[in-house]
Amino acid sequence: MNARPDLAVRVDNLERRFGDFVAVDRVSFEVATGEIFGFLGPNGAGKSTTIRMLTGLLSPTGGSGWVGGFDIRTQGESIKEIIGYMSQKFSLYEDLTVGQNLDFYGGIYRIPKEKKAARKTWALEMAGLLGREQSLARELAGGWRQRLALGAAILHEPRILFLDEPTSGVDPISRRNFWDLIRSLSRRGVTVFVTTHYMDEAEYCDRLALIYRGRMIALGTSDQLKRERMPDAVLEVAVDRPVDALDILPGVPGVREAALFGALLHVVVSDAATGAPAVRTALEAAGMTVERIEKIPPSLEDVFVSLIEAEDRTETPTAARGC
Amino acid sequence: MTTGDLEPAKPAIETRDLTRRFGPVTAVDRLSLTIPRGELFGLVGPDGGGKTTTLRMLAGILGPTEGDALVAGHSIRTAPEAVKHRIAYMSQRFGLYGDLTVLENLLFYADLFEVPRRERAVRIERLLGFSNLTPFKDRLADKLSGGMKQKLGLACALIHTPEILLLDEPTNGVDPVSRRDFWRILYDMLKEGVTILVTTAYLDEAERCNRVGLMHRGRLLALDAPRRVKSLMAGDLVEILVTEAWRAREVLAGVVEAKGVTLFGRRLHVAVEDIARDLPAVQAALETAGLDPREARRIAPSLEDVFISVVEREGSAAHERAA
Repeated sequence: MNARPDLAVRVDNLERRFGDFVAVDRVSFEVATGEIFGFLGPNGAGKSTTIRMLTGLLSPTGGSGWVGGFDIRTQGESIKEIIGYMSQKFSLYEDLTVGQNLDFYGGIYRIPKEKKAARKTWALEMAGLLGREQSLARELAGGWRQRLALGAAILHEPRILFLDEPTSGVDPISRRNFWDLIRSLSRRGVTVFVTTHYMDEAEYCDRLALIYRGRMIALGTSDQLKRERMPDAVLEVAVDRPVDALDILPGVPGVREAALFGALLHVVVSDAATGAPAVRTALEAAGMTVERIEKIPPSLEDVFVSLIEAEDRTETPTAARGC
Repeated sequence: MTTGDLEPAKPAIETRDLTRRFGPVTAVDRLSLTIPRGELFGLVGPDGGGKTTTLRMLAGILGPTEGDALVAGHSIRTAPEAVKHRIAYMSQRFGLYGDLTVLENLLFYADLFEVPRRERAVRIERLLGFSNLTPFKDRLADKLSGGMKQKLGLACALIHTPEILLLDEPTNGVDPVSRRDFWRILYDMLKEGVTILVTTAYLDEAERCNRVGLMHRGRLLALDAPRRVKSLMAGDLVEILVTEAWRAREVLAGVVEAKGVTLFGRRLHVAVEDIARDLPAVQAALETAGLDPREARRIAPSLEDVFISVVEREGSAAHERAA
């Protein structure tokens, strides 16, 4: 059991306890160099704790891990030199300009003087900030702030990038632009380890891990998870009063879950052949007009919620869900 | 702009030329908007577009530079205190007390809003119940996960049964499971006749609203029911499944028939003028590039498609004017 150079990240039975509370519970996975690895899970599931261990900010209470070939227990300082880290609450200096913020981080990373200018230009370009050097950080809208934080995190050309909910609260266009940046970094061989609550973003990842209550409950490509980890069928239902339908559907036999997707409903049923007519009958009996019921491939959100609820059912029934 | 054919006594919110400037920047530019009672209204738009400023004015916290708004019948200019008593406002940083428990936070807000003592117990029990926070009522707010914090914030905001609920991006950073819980609470509020004005970066949430306003650079670019807003998109929209979405977008950048290409995970949304005429060229280009296009079908645009198309069109128009 040792570091493997072709792996950017490897963890083996990684564990972190805080007193009696097990925040990360014997998690094992590997991330290949250049991969975009999505780390998903509800708030409080252990995602940030895992990232803090991988970035050398927090030591594990059990298991082992390597980042870029370095041991997270003993070689934290070496790890910090080869990684970039953008946390949920990144700090920018509000009264400094974009350029000054980057200069400041250049100092922190101890980038040699002769390389400073070139690195800064590179970071500005990679983060899509060219032309914004003179803007004050506090005048930047959400999407631009995020780019500046990314620029600061990549100044030292890290091989591995940890992004903890980088697009939280960012509008749809900025989110897309941000993912274009992630993609181009990945193409240059940078490994990207990213957490997100946006399931459309999760689809852009090469592989996904789903973590819940500290344990990893799924690992694979988006297609694999949809194919192999969703035993129930998903019906897309177009109905005239979708919100009212949400009240009725949980009582229909065979229905496991019902949720709104835009103006449509996704209804998870154990069997599509019997579920679809049962759903139609129940909604029509309540005086609704059902336009269409169609079995569809599950969305990643369907799979995500279904895996978590299956996990809840296997746990002690008295345990309340944490969020 | 009409308020519907029944014309209830008074609209919940009525703004007239509402304007707010910060120095040279016009954050909200002559906004005129009427929201009838009981409506679920979604305000969407790019970051920095004026959504939060609008909400802060409607909450009576920030005075307008010009124009006025009647909120629950009271002027935000002349009677902001009366407004504050009829509404609940949940800002992006809702003030929870981290060193108080869940229950103590609720009691604190009950005091603040002068909720009669005899009503408190019942109301708190109900709010804890539908936010699924009952098992956590003795936990310190600081120890809650992100999703639970948002739900507690909403419960605190609802402690005085407001007529109007103003929510500023309430589900940012909230995982899909908690998001569903959160929206269930909102639907319960709607059933009780509460008017809800919500801003969101999740356009699937906006699709559920009775009406949406698309706000950009302080002005409303669109205001209508979601399905009518979608008619703003000219031409046809085709969804195509490909093996490598990113590369497909690059390939289509060189195809004149593809007027716009947006990625939704592995699915490609391609805007064309006429599907019958233009689709063959699009598919041929993808096939030539070895991208195995499958299941091409005409789809109704999502609100996100419309958002991107309208905002980008506006952006390039402004660019041309400036040039």
